[in-house]
Amino acid sequence: MTYIAKPKLHHPSLPKNKLGFTRRDYEGAVSTLCAGCGHDAISAAIIQACFNANIEPHRVAKLSGIGCSSKAPTYFLGGSHGFNTVHGRMPSVLTGANLANRDLIYLGVSGDGDSASIGIGQFVHSIRRGVNMTYLVMNNGVYGLTKGQFSATADRGSASKRGVVNSDAPVDLITMALQLGATFVARSFSGDKEQLVPIIEAALQHPGAAFIDVVSPCVAFNNHSGSTKSYDYAREHNEAVNRIDIIPAAEAEEVRYEAGAVQDVTQSDGTLLRLRKVHLDYDVHDRIGAMNYLHKHQARGELVTGLLYVSENPEDLHSHIGTCKRPLAQLQDADLCPGGETLAKINAGLR
Amino acid sequence: MTKALQSINDFVVKFANVNGSGSASANELFARSILRMGVPVSPRNIFPSNIQGLPTWYEVRVSEAGYLGRRGGCDFMVAMNPQTWDEDLREIEPGGYLFYDNTRVIHADQLRDDINLIGMPLTRICNERYDDARQRQLFKNIMYVGALAAIFDIDIGEVEKLIGEMYKGKEKLLEPNIEALHSGRDYARTHLNCASIGLKIRRADAVGDRIFIEGNSATALGCVYGGATVCAWYPITPSTSVVDAFQSYCNKFRIDKASGEKRFAIVQGEDEIASIGIVVGAGWNGARAFTATSGPGVSLMTEFLGLAYFAEIPATIINVQRGGPSTGMPTRTQQADLFSCAYASNGDTKHILLFPEDPKECFDFAAQALDLADQLQTPVFVMSDLDIGMNTRLCAPFEWDENRHMQRGKIVTREQLDAGIKFGRYQDVDGDGIPYRTYPGTHPSKGAFFTRGTSKDANARYSERGEDYVENMQRLQRKFETAKSLVPQPIETTHDTPATVGVIYFGSTSPAMQEAMDNLQRRGLVIDAMRLRAFPFPDSVMEFIHRHEKVFVVEQNRDGQLRSLLINEGQINPAKLIPVLHFDGTPITARFITQTICTALNLGHCESMPKQAAL
Ligand SMILES: Cc1ncc(C[n+]2csc(CCOP(=O)(O)OP(=O)(O)O)c2C)c(N)n1
Ligand code: SF4
Repeated sequence: MTYIAKPKLHHPSLPKNKLGFTRRDYEGAVSTLCAGCGHDAISAAIIQACFNANIEPHRVAKLSGIGCSSKAPTYFLGGSHGFNTVHGRMPSVLTGANLANRDLIYLGVSGDGDSASIGIGQFVHSIRRGVNMTYLVMNNGVYGLTKGQFSATADRGSASKRGVVNSDAPVDLITMALQLGATFVARSFSGDKEQLVPIIEAALQHPGAAFIDVVSPCVAFNNHSGSTKSYDYAREHNEAVNRIDIIPAAEAEEVRYEAGAVQDVTQSDGTLLRLRKVHLDYDVHDRIGAMNYLHKHQARGELVTGLLYVSENPEDLHSHIGTCKRPLAQLQDADLCPGGETLAKINAGLR
Repeated sequence: MTKALQSINDFVVKFANVNGSGSASANELFARSILRMGVPVSPRNIFPSNIQGLPTWYEVRVSEAGYLGRRGGCDFMVAMNPQTWDEDLREIEPGGYLFYDNTRVIHADQLRDDINLIGMPLTRICNERYDDARQRQLFKNIMYVGALAAIFDIDIGEVEKLIGEMYKGKEKLLEPNIEALHSGRDYARTHLNCASIGLKIRRADAVGDRIFIEGNSATALGCVYGGATVCAWYPITPSTSVVDAFQSYCNKFRIDKASGEKRFAIVQGEDEIASIGIVVGAGWNGARAFTATSGPGVSLMTEFLGLAYFAEIPATIINVQRGGPSTGMPTRTQQADLFSCAYASNGDTKHILLFPEDPKECFDFAAQALDLADQLQTPVFVMSDLDIGMNTRLCAPFEWDENRHMQRGKIVTREQLDAGIKFGRYQDVDGDGIPYRTYPGTHPSKGAFFTRGTSKDANARYSERGEDYVENMQRLQRKFETAKSLVPQPIETTHDTPATVGVIYFGSTSPAMQEAMDNLQRRGLVIDAMRLRAFPFPDSVMEFIHRHEKVFVVEQNRDGQLRSLLINEGQINPAKLIPVLHFDGTPITARFITQTICTALNLGHCESMPKQAAL
């Protein structure tokens, strides 16, 4: 089995973004996932978000673990370098890649098995180190690739396709990300493109650890009535706290406050995130408040979505450890090797 | 009464202490002052895997002839640990000396009558002089160094100079230490009959321009010179000091003075899996990266090592080996990770291993490993061990060719892509099995590829076709063949008369091996020797084996791992390779090697080997 590359026929009338790229330039190979899989919708949202954000495709490094979700990077950004690592270990590889070259944009894609089970440690530590990345989990509550076992995000009491009831408590990656210091935390649903695309777009431009949990139903193994990660369940219980509009840096000056239902967040590159509030009492800068809010609503079986937390002064791993602005991968002999004369001095000091 | 041992510049002194008693720096002072008199020494720490309270030994080999391995046995025991009294007593050579604290009376049945006793009431003297318990302990150590200086005729001026260097900037501590040193010396001069003690140090000129350094520190310096910028690790004995040293060298040489910006990144991973993951990510993205670990860490890293092998990503792994399996003997030495490293991970994998013999080669091989990893796009292990890593060893000075540049391997640049070069990530363009790669972010429209651990075709497209898989695996095998000529070549010692017996050894076994060969030669046994410095084994290794009737393989593990690798890789008749295996966790001794070889060749007991000290 080989992947079929999509023919790159550029229709002259295709809309172009500011860099002159069409949406096509952000596509990848044809998906081999099940028709209707939530993951494909997320891939499409990533493509749209990169197009909208005017990102040069080759400036993105896309990394993933193992799982149906982790296969997704093959299906978007065909012009980017991608790395399908090992199960649950994408975060460490992404961390290393980021250390080597801080100039690229890092997009980590993972599944709920990948991130909440085998890889929960790496998830935790990449977030707490503040790696500048967008970490997106395609959350379907099951292992898709190995055919339908419960994952650690499956809700207690939810049932498998064969009727087995899950007795374990779920891991909530959102709460963990908040607690661990992620500076951008959002949740969305693969079936809600309107909400998801701008969230991804904003995360890609966020200069710190951005975490997005996306409920992404598995049509093959977890889209039945007993599931809390099915299309129907997600649609019925979607409790959006806000929706984002992204206003590029240049236009940010012109659009300013309306009262009440709008909250503006300026990112460090000047981009304005305009949050149209659905729940007026929700404050996107309140980390603790977000956790409380989530717990309260989760207990009622609601799926709280939207941009849940964003920090106004995010920092990243590089700023914490003080690495130079130039990518480490580009440093040359003269930058790195102390040379023979120094070595002679070291020798002299060792006698 | 056995005749007292007499020897100048050739004997073994051993200190038995209690861990945490502050003896380490005093003992090192002793060793270094002999070195400063131009006489080679080789000290070894033998220490327990806990922080305080358990026995610890420091063995100093003094050898004007320059033997730096362990000889075996002990000529002069400084017995400061009542707990290990019996054991320590047993180890002394007949005619040897026991230096002990006679504050407490020792009964005759606790002693041996074929050794010489030197008692000094260290505890009593210190209790009289110092009020503070910690001071009593610390100055007791310096005091016995003073006494030993008098006994062995060590120039006290050299000891004073070293104490001065030790307490530079802490002058307040200098004076009381010198005082304790002098009072130890004075006591020995007046109360011990120093002239009757037959082991002496005489000034010599046998050290030359050699340097004295721990292997781990040398490895770290090699990583700095080799251009490593990313280091990810998880603490584990005995490799931790590699990263400590890397950090301090980087702080010295890699911080921009004006801006404070660092030209390196060190991350303490949450475990070894994350650490190697970070190294793999950095290597994929064009940085030189390494991790330092030991056996259990390698166990955890194996899945990633398979990925790096199959996806062809450079990674340097410094494995400072210790006693295994599992947690094994964390503070003891072995060479027992050859299997787990050479074939790490599932499926058909083979990794490059480098075997340094001393700190000089730790430096050289660390720098070279970073080059090889990039050139071959694969994991490269530097197989150090606790014996070289954590002991200060005399070795040739470091050298650096100013014209040397980092070998970045086969990289396709943006310019080449613009010029229309055809690029396929896993194509064997040059026939050496090594493909070309592009760094992420190189070109807006050309040269990007997808890296994965699953099977792929020559253009990096996912493929489960049998032909694609087989071709890829055969190319990887070709690459491994190519590595044979790139890795450090073995070093052969041959003789004028052709020998029928050969010996193969590697790594930290080296100094004891050299001495063993001299011993055997003195017995009239001429053996050809080959020191291996890398896996894969260059063809000359198999030729060496074929040229000899019998080949001993000396190594520090139970299963003869090197021997098995030779059999496996070279299709050698196992009967030809005779294992010489030492694996009790202490560094192998020359006596052990000599005796084992003699026994195997039916030459009988070799303990009568000319040993200058036993007159
Ligand atoms: C070390 C290891 N253990 C087990 C597997 C098998 N495996 C592959 S994918 C997967 C689960 C994937 O689940 P998830 O991350 O939720 O992704 P999904 O397929 O549901 O998108 C497992 C267990 C593996 N590849 N590696
Ligand atoms: S098995 Fe589930 S997760 Fe995997 S592709 Fe099919 S629908 Fe998607």
